[in-house]
Amino acid sequence: MDIFQMTALECGAAIRDGKLTAVEAAEQVLAAAEADKTNAYITVCREQALARAAAVQADIESGRLTGPLAGVPFAIKDNICTKGVKTTAASHILGDFTPVYNATVMDRLEAAGAVTVGKLNMDEFAMGSTSETSYYGPTKNPWDLTKVPGGSSGGAAASVAAKSTLISLGSDTGGSIRQPASYCGVTGFKPTYGTVSRFGLIAYASSLDQIGPVARTASDCAAVMDVIAGKDPMDGTTLDTPAAGYLDALTGDIKGLRIGIPKECYATAGLDPEVAAKTRAAAETLAAAGAVVEEISMPFLEYVIPAYYIIAAAEASSNLSRFDGVKYGFRASKEDYSGLVDMYNATRSEGFGTEVKKRILLGTFVLSSGYYDAYYRKALRVKAVIKQKFDEIFAGYDLILCPVAPTTAPALGKSLADPMAMYLSDIFTVSVNIAGLPGISVPCGFDKSGMPIGVQLIGKALADKTVLNAGHAFQMLTDYHKQFAEVK
Amino acid sequence: MQITEELVSYVAQLSRLRMSPEETAEMQKQMSEIVSYMDKLNELDTDGVEPLSHIFNITNVLRDDTVAPSYAREDILKNAPEHTEETFVVPKTVE
Amino acid sequence: MEWEIVMGLEVHVELATKTKIFCSCTTEFGGAPNTHCCPVCTGMPGTLPVLNRQVVEYAVRAGLALNCDINQYNKFDRKNYFYPDLPKAYQISQLYLPFAHDGKVQLHTKSGRDVTIGIHEIHMEEDAGKLVHSLFGDTTYPDYNRCGVPLIEIVSEPDFRETEEVIAYLTKLKSTFEYLGISDCKMEEGSMRADVNLSVRPKGSTEFGTRTEMKNINSLKAIERAIAFESKRQIELIESGGRVVQETRRWDENKEKTFAMRSKENAQDYRYFPEPDIPPLYITDEELAHYRAICPEFAEAKAARFVSDLGLAQEDAEIIAGSKYLARLFEETNAIANDPAEVRYWMMTQVLYFMNERGVQAEDIKLAPEKFAQFIGIVKAGRINRQVGKQVFESMFFGDDSFDVEAYIKEHDLEIVDDKSLIEETIAAVIAENPKAVEQYKSGQTKICGFFVGQTMKRLKGKADPAAVNAVLAEALKKL
Repeated sequence: MDIFQMTALECGAAIRDGKLTAVEAAEQVLAAAEADKTNAYITVCREQALARAAAVQADIESGRLTGPLAGVPFAIKDNICTKGVKTTAASHILGDFTPVYNATVMDRLEAAGAVTVGKLNMDEFAMGSTSETSYYGPTKNPWDLTKVPGGSSGGAAASVAAKSTLISLGSDTGGSIRQPASYCGVTGFKPTYGTVSRFGLIAYASSLDQIGPVARTASDCAAVMDVIAGKDPMDGTTLDTPAAGYLDALTGDIKGLRIGIPKECYATAGLDPEVAAKTRAAAETLAAAGAVVEEISMPFLEYVIPAYYIIAAAEASSNLSRFDGVKYGFRASKEDYSGLVDMYNATRSEGFGTEVKKRILLGTFVLSSGYYDAYYRKALRVKAVIKQKFDEIFAGYDLILCPVAPTTAPALGKSLADPMAMYLSDIFTVSVNIAGLPGISVPCGFDKSGMPIGVQLIGKALADKTVLNAGHAFQMLTDYHKQFAEVK
Repeated sequence: MQITEELVSYVAQLSRLRMSPEETAEMQKQMSEIVSYMDKLNELDTDGVEPLSHIFNITNVLRDDTVAPSYAREDILKNAPEHTEETFVVPKTVE
Repeated sequence: MEWEIVMGLEVHVELATKTKIFCSCTTEFGGAPNTHCCPVCTGMPGTLPVLNRQVVEYAVRAGLALNCDINQYNKFDRKNYFYPDLPKAYQISQLYLPFAHDGKVQLHTKSGRDVTIGIHEIHMEEDAGKLVHSLFGDTTYPDYNRCGVPLIEIVSEPDFRETEEVIAYLTKLKSTFEYLGISDCKMEEGSMRADVNLSVRPKGSTEFGTRTEMKNINSLKAIERAIAFESKRQIELIESGGRVVQETRRWDENKEKTFAMRSKENAQDYRYFPEPDIPPLYITDEELAHYRAICPEFAEAKAARFVSDLGLAQEDAEIIAGSKYLARLFEETNAIANDPAEVRYWMMTQVLYFMNERGVQAEDIKLAPEKFAQFIGIVKAGRINRQVGKQVFESMFFGDDSFDVEAYIKEHDLEIVDDKSLIEETIAAVIAENPKAVEQYKSGQTKICGFFVGQTMKRLKGKADPAAVNAVLAEALKKL
């Protein structure tokens, strides 16, 4: 049985029904991962995966494991700590860091019988929109290997699109799940902040980061949420939300759902007309299924990028300070330094890539004495304004529909040559993180050159099920998500 | 806001990053561009708006004062670039 | 010119919780290096802090005891700096909204003055690790057992003018926190640490001079010396035409000097910002009311009660009430013995002697009140005299749990000799054996009586009642 004909849920069902074993499923994904041409994986953990698959299979046969994802192979973004498996955040500075603990999401996935096959490539420390800043080399877009897969969860999206895994976990700080999902033609879900534990997620911007699934379908994403969501005593920012019921919420019924389309999004300079057209067409599809679609205003749109980059960089500069060559990871060689401060300087200069260093410098600047009020504090005020404006919108609407990114995937090398343009391309995704909202990217078509386009659905805080159900409803009406790249 | 090379050097020193003159010049250029874009926020009147650090209004997430076993020292030290059987090792912090 | 010293204190106090502030590792003192550690307190990637409930309770109760206003809504912030004792490279502290502010502490100094010291604020934070330096070579060994031990930092107003005020303040903090049971405040072990901000100005001036901050002071004695040194240094510097530089200076206990820390260490920009990983705290009205309700009786109130109800002298009452452990021993013993004067006597003579001369810490006293009261009963029954009593008390005080007062007295044959004929026999023998002394007595040197008493007591191994010996001796001498 070719598991790549299946969704993750179908794969789980086949294993439960005895049509396929967890070991066979793992073998297929391992083989595909090892043959992957997109550089989606940093680490493939064949031995651990097969041992684990055998144990899971035994538990399924004995009836100890009955969940819908038992035996399903997973690939994990490499900023999520996996006990005993090297975790790099795609940075040289982590060296061969091998955590002695699991991220909470890993404990939960394992308890549900998921089998981890490998760790996925990404932008270094999740800083980037292209997955080109990885120390382990760029990931490529399966639809066109000369293009980027998006980022920072480029490996998570590319591996699903390239059939080198069925399903993966990514993380989203400013669009890092949704945007690569859009570029790669797969489904990516960013939960409400605090729904999924961040314990064990190597922090980029703690107030914005959230782990979420990348998969073929919204229902696969919902199945993952049933496993990973819920309060965690190890993460004080997790909310007392219901930990389950995501899959059950997928009725496909969206009659009467009120959807707002922000006019400012469609007036954005640089918005590809094809992206505009396909996402508007997606709105019409939903309207045809009974949703009420209206134009709305998001007047703060032009302020979200500066606010986001101030907050994210500030937190990053602090979060990445612990990488100092003392406790784990890389330390510069003794010839390169003399004394403690110099050891720090040499280690961090050699260990971090350019984009990471730039954000550390920016973050340090906006927090430093004399600039804190003008930048960081100001950004927190703007954050308050953005939250308030979203509250106003959601008083009248259930969802906001807009593009995920202004264009389809750009060519490799193009974005890093113009970093400012790259930052601006995050315009449709970052406000969701600033306000802690749930958002999904679902495939809604292709441009003339055959590159996928995604549409974004944004819900109010804690309306994760509404968002997933709308994505699911759209996928019941369309088949963009059933089209796969022929990796050449 | 004018980002000077001196400011870049100061911030690099605070960040414990060693930068060549060329890198400093390049960073000065890129940071200037980004910071001038950040200055866009000044257009937005936020008088009377309280800075918002935590997006959701949750408070008092607390843990009971109950001891759990610590980790094996070997596990605490094993990822360190330099360590003894008992401790981490760093260049001397005092003269 | 006459100079005035102006000082403010920043006091760090370790809270006596069982676990660290943000993880469940033990706070137990000691332990082999890096054995009280986990991924959270060693700052491993992806780990997150979760606040210990007990820390908040202890901190707020400390704030109330120091008459602070409590910020019911308060938050944590990150203080960023690189140092190998700080694994995350930031310390979680409170800057923008600390939990307590605007308190005050009333002091009664050694020379008898009443002084009020303002508390600017108190915040919660985490302790750093310990750095052990190689004696030879160029290596430092970080030990993270202390990382994440909960602290409160009490920042005073610059209200101190005399060293004795500083001593009285620290003594009072220790006493108060002992009574609350929130810290043991041992300066020598680092569970209470004081940094002194000090400046000098011409007496009568209302402007502040430039201050320095002294760190690394580990005892009250060291504080006295450090203040004396630093104030003299500043005065001499100014008088010789120099200027005081605002800087951090390290007190060197061995050299008895302060040294400027390197300017690199001085140039700090901590880039504080709100800690995103810890939701804010809200201390409810009910919690505050509860903490007020369970507030213990502190030293002043207790001392006043010892004076008014138990008849102690003010000075004795202050000493005993100044320590929770002494006060508890006193009160619990007296509850059984019901003789405050007698209990006071043994505490002020023997217990204080052991503390002052042998370095016994009040909190380490193991003497059980039941045993102490039993001992007092034996003394009051006249079964041992006071001189022998001191020997028994000492053995009892330093003895372990199994020490039995009655058995000890029996074993060492210490019970008082009240056999009048034995005393008479002994005195007769002493008189008979010391004709020279008898002659002196007869020639009017009555002071020699002491000699006879001494000799008699010696033969009776000190166990006789001195009054009885004196009476029998007087009769015997009359007959000469």
